[in-house]
Amino acid sequence: MKEELKVNDKDIVVPGETIATGMSFLPGPGTYRYESNIVAQKLGMVSVDGKVIKLITLSGKYDPKVKDRVIGRVVDVLMTGWRFDINCPYSAVLNMKDAVSEFIPRGADLTQYFNISDYAIGMITNVTSQKLVDIATKGPGLRKLRGGRIISVSPKKVPRIIGKEGSMVTLIKEKTGCDIVVGQNGLVWISGEPHQEVVAVNTIKTIEQQAHLSGLTERVSEMLANGGSQ
Amino acid sequence: MTYTKRFDGRKFDETRPMIAKVGIIPRADGSAMFQAGDTIAYAAVYGPRDLHPKFMQNPSTGILRVHYNMMPFSGHGDRVRPGGGRRSKEICMVMQNALTPVLDLKDYPNAVVDVFIEFPQTDAGTRCAGLNAASMALADAGLTMKDLVCAIAAGRVEDKVVIDLNYLEDSHEDGCDIPMAILPSTGEVTLLQMDGEISAEMLSDALKLANNTAKQIYDVQKVALKEKFTQVKK
Repeated sequence: MKEELKVNDKDIVVPGETIATGMSFLPGPGTYRYESNIVAQKLGMVSVDGKVIKLITLSGKYDPKVKDRVIGRVVDVLMTGWRFDINCPYSAVLNMKDAVSEFIPRGADLTQYFNISDYAIGMITNVTSQKLVDIATKGPGLRKLRGGRIISVSPKKVPRIIGKEGSMVTLIKEKTGCDIVVGQNGLVWISGEPHQEVVAVNTIKTIEQQAHLSGLTERVSEMLANGGSQ
Repeated sequence: MTYTKRFDGRKFDETRPMIAKVGIIPRADGSAMFQAGDTIAYAAVYGPRDLHPKFMQNPSTGILRVHYNMMPFSGHGDRVRPGGGRRSKEICMVMQNALTPVLDLKDYPNAVVDVFIEFPQTDAGTRCAGLNAASMALADAGLTMKDLVCAIAAGRVEDKVVIDLNYLEDSHEDGCDIPMAILPSTGEVTLLQMDGEISAEMLSDALKLANNTAKQIYDVQKVALKEKFTQVKK
């Protein structure tokens, strides 16, 4: 059997499509070996890293991971904490002791800290095999969100919105003067001048649409220079 | 009796014209449309998401739930009774069984993936068109699948083996309809049903024909899934 790549780097492949033949290639995330071939297991973009073949997924739900910074919405007030919707198949629990730095006395009304439909930036502290998720809202950069607007984007496109070491989101922040927090779960909080918020929203939506294309930074800075239109 | 020419003028091994589109229902997590001749299927995927009722939850894996529905005006002039019936319940079950083997939902314990398949117009071969649409919609939703599912009906009309039967052939008094779902890369079969009678030789011919046609369907699905990303390019 000839050992070769059947597709180019950065090509889109569909489940069941053979990416490479021969045992010298290794299956990475999103691929599997069938006989001596490497076959795609998802709809995604091929990324060849030496002999390892990976797939970058372009769609799908958020998969909670420890130490991720996410934006959540309170859906329930419990006896000892709060339940958050973190835009994924499983809800997250915020315990009283991880919520605020001040002391919460026994029998206190928990709604004065977080009430239903409040938004907060949280850090995922634990995920069990049964996907019971714990979060904390106490720590650097973690807080309750007040004002601004929340938009939702595909969680798989979040790395593109943040950019290399935050370059893309910093660019939008500088050009629009908005405060922006991008949660790993695909929720984005934007707060600033109303018309600048709109510019930021449009820019982020464009990045989401074109996440799989290269030369994005140039197009985004061009777009921001035109006041948010392409 | 001999069947010399097909009712709609196709060759005996020729499918109806196929059209596939992906991402047509923006609010869904994944969606697709598949059309074979006058049969049109729309599939929308939601999830993985929280599963209720709770007794259906499986702590070791997520589950797949398929909903099949023919719209009231979708038939041949007679109104199709809305809502689920004995027929649609069976089709939901066989489609679920046809799609489950390609899906890996181990990462989603207690969750569910819902697939809704609707037919605005039908001309036989709905479970096959539905499966083709559903497997594209599941891939569009970013789920882990070892392959797509390609479904096609083979069969017999009088003395001829035919592929992709339309309603006239399907309801012909001397015939046989065999809907199949095939995984194109391995040739595994995940759905095989038969309505009517067929000889052993003709059955083996029909299965071979369906296997070859599955690859054509896979190409149509592949192009549709990739098109979603090439269209954005400017």
